[in-house]
Amino acid sequence: MIKRLLAALSPVVRPELTGNAESPEVDNTAYSPDSRVDLITGANDNTTITDKVCSIVEQKPTIGWWGFFLLAFSVLGLLGIFVPFLIFWGVGTWGVNNPVGWGYAIVNFVFWVGIGHAGTLISAILFLFRQKWRTSINRAAEAMTIFAVICAGMFPGIHVGRAWFAYWMFPLPNQMELWPNFRSPLIWDVFAVGTYFTVSLLFWYMGMIPDLATLRDRAKHSVRKIAYGALSLGWTGSNRQWHVYERSYLLLAALATPLVLSVHSVVSFDFAVSQVPGWHTTIFPPYFVAGAIFSGFAMVLTLLVPARQLFGLKDVITLKHLENMNKIIMLTGLLVGYAYSQEFFMAWYGGVKVEKFAFINRAFGQYAWAYWIMVSCNVLAPQIFWFKKMRTNIWVMFAVSIFVNIGMWFERFVITVTSLANDYTSSAWDYYSPKLADVMIMLGAFGLFFTLFALFCRFLPFIAMSEVRGVLADQAHSRAAASARHSSEAAADSASGS
Amino acid sequence: MSAEMNSSVEVVTITAETATDVKPVLMLAEFETADLLMEAATRIRDEGFKLWDCHTPYPVHGLDSAMGIRPTLLPWIVLCGGFTGFCGGLLMQGWMNAVDYPFLISGKPFFSIPASIPVAFELTILLSAFGSFGGMLALNGFPRFYRPHFRSDRFRRATADRFFISIEGRDRQFDIGANSKLLRELGANAVEVIEE
Repeated sequence: MIKRLLAALSPVVRPELTGNAESPEVDNTAYSPDSRVDLITGANDNTTITDKVCSIVEQKPTIGWWGFFLLAFSVLGLLGIFVPFLIFWGVGTWGVNNPVGWGYAIVNFVFWVGIGHAGTLISAILFLFRQKWRTSINRAAEAMTIFAVICAGMFPGIHVGRAWFAYWMFPLPNQMELWPNFRSPLIWDVFAVGTYFTVSLLFWYMGMIPDLATLRDRAKHSVRKIAYGALSLGWTGSNRQWHVYERSYLLLAALATPLVLSVHSVVSFDFAVSQVPGWHTTIFPPYFVAGAIFSGFAMVLTLLVPARQLFGLKDVITLKHLENMNKIIMLTGLLVGYAYSQEFFMAWYGGVKVEKFAFINRAFGQYAWAYWIMVSCNVLAPQIFWFKKMRTNIWVMFAVSIFVNIGMWFERFVITVTSLANDYTSSAWDYYSPKLADVMIMLGAFGLFFTLFALFCRFLPFIAMSEVRGVLADQAHSRAAASARHSSEAAADSASGS
Repeated sequence: MSAEMNSSVEVVTITAETATDVKPVLMLAEFETADLLMEAATRIRDEGFKLWDCHTPYPVHGLDSAMGIRPTLLPWIVLCGGFTGFCGGLLMQGWMNAVDYPFLISGKPFFSIPASIPVAFELTILLSAFGSFGGMLALNGFPRFYRPHFRSDRFRRATADRFFISIEGRDRQFDIGANSKLLRELGANAVEVIEE
């Protein structure tokens, strides 16, 4: 059955169409203490890597790409319909009520900001830790970050109700001589997310400059020559430029590391600084950051598992890369599970009546269904990664990544809605359920995200080629060193033997 | 653009068609591997060349010292950016909420350090990042869309899989015959001169 389905799909997904047919799946996940595994498998060198990555951009898009793009673009159309609808009619078109004033918009905002975090973790934190395996995936993950933050940024803009006053969020001089209230965590969010977007964009673009120059130097059409020429700023690969560039990249990584930890901490302050039971907890910042990385890695997998197949990049984004990501998903999933349990412990240990009620109500109240979806997707699903066979299985990891995406969306739903729906006074309780506009705008954001990602695949270098070349050089050096060691050992053996 | 072969020393000369007062501006030597480039760069440095450079498709480790490049002052630019961001962030919040339009909300102080930290921190990072990116552009002279290197077709592979040494015509030791001979000896598989 599955085989027949795959056979039917093969004209759509077959990598020959991108010219990258020679990309077999190689199991490079075996652990060996005395030699490092190859991060780039197959007989690849600088030339083949360059051809492979550039051909994605240079050749005509495949049917698979068109299908994906058009589907995503039509889902994006939902935003085109429902956002104007919302702006015209006001937030009454949403299901928000009193007491639940924060509905899907805030859930989606927190969800999308969180998705972004994996990109920055891969590009900045793994860079500082000198994790070479980041080089194959960092470009796509950073692109994902940018697009996720675009989706996130949209929601507060439309959630303010009168969207034409959204610029009031910024401290701009105005004739009323009013300024934002800097004692509110909501304005901290404006600065945190704004900075996060700007710095991520700079980091992403800067990393791309050498690769854009590669595309410029290979370009045949004048439009491409001009576009990539302008974007690559006149890069010549000069070592004097590389010297400044690398220092700048390192500094940006060092800046992005505390930034990414701060962004979801500040997002969690939106909740934690308030007095609402279930929100007013000190565990929120680390708990949100762990959850953000967890959901972000799941989204990276959701995007990269099909992309490496479609673009024939199985020897660049290898099983080792995927397995490493699965390990991070498992780790952060355990952290998130620990945070869930600690919330309950502290609610009991703290002895505050409303806090105790808030958590019992979360698990067994009117939103128990959402709570248990969250627990089973976030805590139970990743446990399958304890088994290596599952960790290195494409289908299993893709399924888990989808579960985690769903689970993390529900986590934000549970946190936002259950706490507001049932707070101190039972006379003010209500049940929140979304309306059509809520659901459609949520779907539309996914359309926006996948449309941008499809365009990125098509027009920008999908893999950080210059960084992968560095990894290839290291691989060649360590191989040469190993063979020299072997031959000297053999010589020593034969000398002692005689 | 015209290219002609100088048979005696095997140097290809590329001349800009628009050039009126033709003089050599750049010599390019192509190397097959990073190891060859590294040895050649060490030699060029020791010969005392000043206006020269290596071009590589990825940052080659050890090439900085082989070329004798001194550390960049970029970190200081970033520090200035960060300092400006932090102080500016604190001053902005204090001035806006406590001086220009003081308003009392939930009995909180008009200005306090803890409540001001998140915004000041974000601005520290933001301005440092601007310093890092802007400083990189400024120190590298970006954007500069035209460079004589781009007249060479061979040089297109400098961003893919070949390694180059370039010597500028303005260098005191620039001499087509002697330099191309030296580069050949160092293992260059092609030498080109760009005139304009």
